[in-house]
Amino acid sequence: MERKTKVHANNGQHDITITREFELPVELLFRAHVEPEIFEEWMTHEYGKTKVLKMETHKHGGFNFQTTDAKGNVVFSANGTIHDLVPNEKITRTFEMENTPFDVTLEFLQFESLTEDTSKLTMHIIYKTVDLRDQHLKMPFEWGMNMAHNRLQEIVSKLK
Amino acid sequence: MELRRDVFQAIADPTRRAIIALVAFQAMTPTAIAENFDSSRQTISKHIQILTECELLTQEQSGREILYHFNPKKMKEIADFIEPFRELWDERFNKLEAIMKKYKPKK
Repeated sequence: MERKTKVHANNGQHDITITREFELPVELLFRAHVEPEIFEEWMTHEYGKTKVLKMETHKHGGFNFQTTDAKGNVVFSANGTIHDLVPNEKITRTFEMENTPFDVTLEFLQFESLTEDTSKLTMHIIYKTVDLRDQHLKMPFEWGMNMAHNRLQEIVSKLK
Repeated sequence: MELRRDVFQAIADPTRRAIIALVAFQAMTPTAIAENFDSSRQTISKHIQILTECELLTQEQSGREILYHFNPKKMKEIADFIEPFRELWDERFNKLEAIMKKYKPKK
């Protein structure tokens, strides 16, 4: 299968770039990032339901969302501040994964229209240190990091 | 027969990946690791043994117990260590794309 999403990470640098081309007009790609109901839908998966607690998509705004398991336990939560936002062009924000060893990252999201029906997203993520970046990339499974041990057990038993 | 276990074989198994994720949090005893799984203690021991043989986990004697540590240096040797991270984002974006196609105005 074609690798649509690409991740670039140079050795010894404390940033990564994620790029992805979508078969979507840039307006729809952007909406998926700022409309709470849509964001919840694509950030919900088999191991957890994502709920947006706050989504203030403007300069000086911020966001907060959490993912809960079937029993209602919070397995992941994140928040951040919106520093800049231009519809269909860019979002500049901080991103903090709560209750993890990772520090806050600074993220630049760039939205581009390629054709009427296609678009491209470039996410430039800056970590505090090279080690934090490498640690985040190397975690074989991000979900493993973010979950309480009992939660992990449930997932693993499903994978068997 | 393949004598040397390789890292890719080690991380191909979901239980072993989960063990790595657990131990990466904090060094753990085999008993503490096994408590997180429904599988038998023997099965988990076998997984730990494989992970140790390929140096993804390292052992440390701590009093009467053995503690297992995650060895991030070994993960470095995995040529494409970015792959799981990339797949995570790929899945996310595939979903986003599928969802948003429903919003596409009909022409």
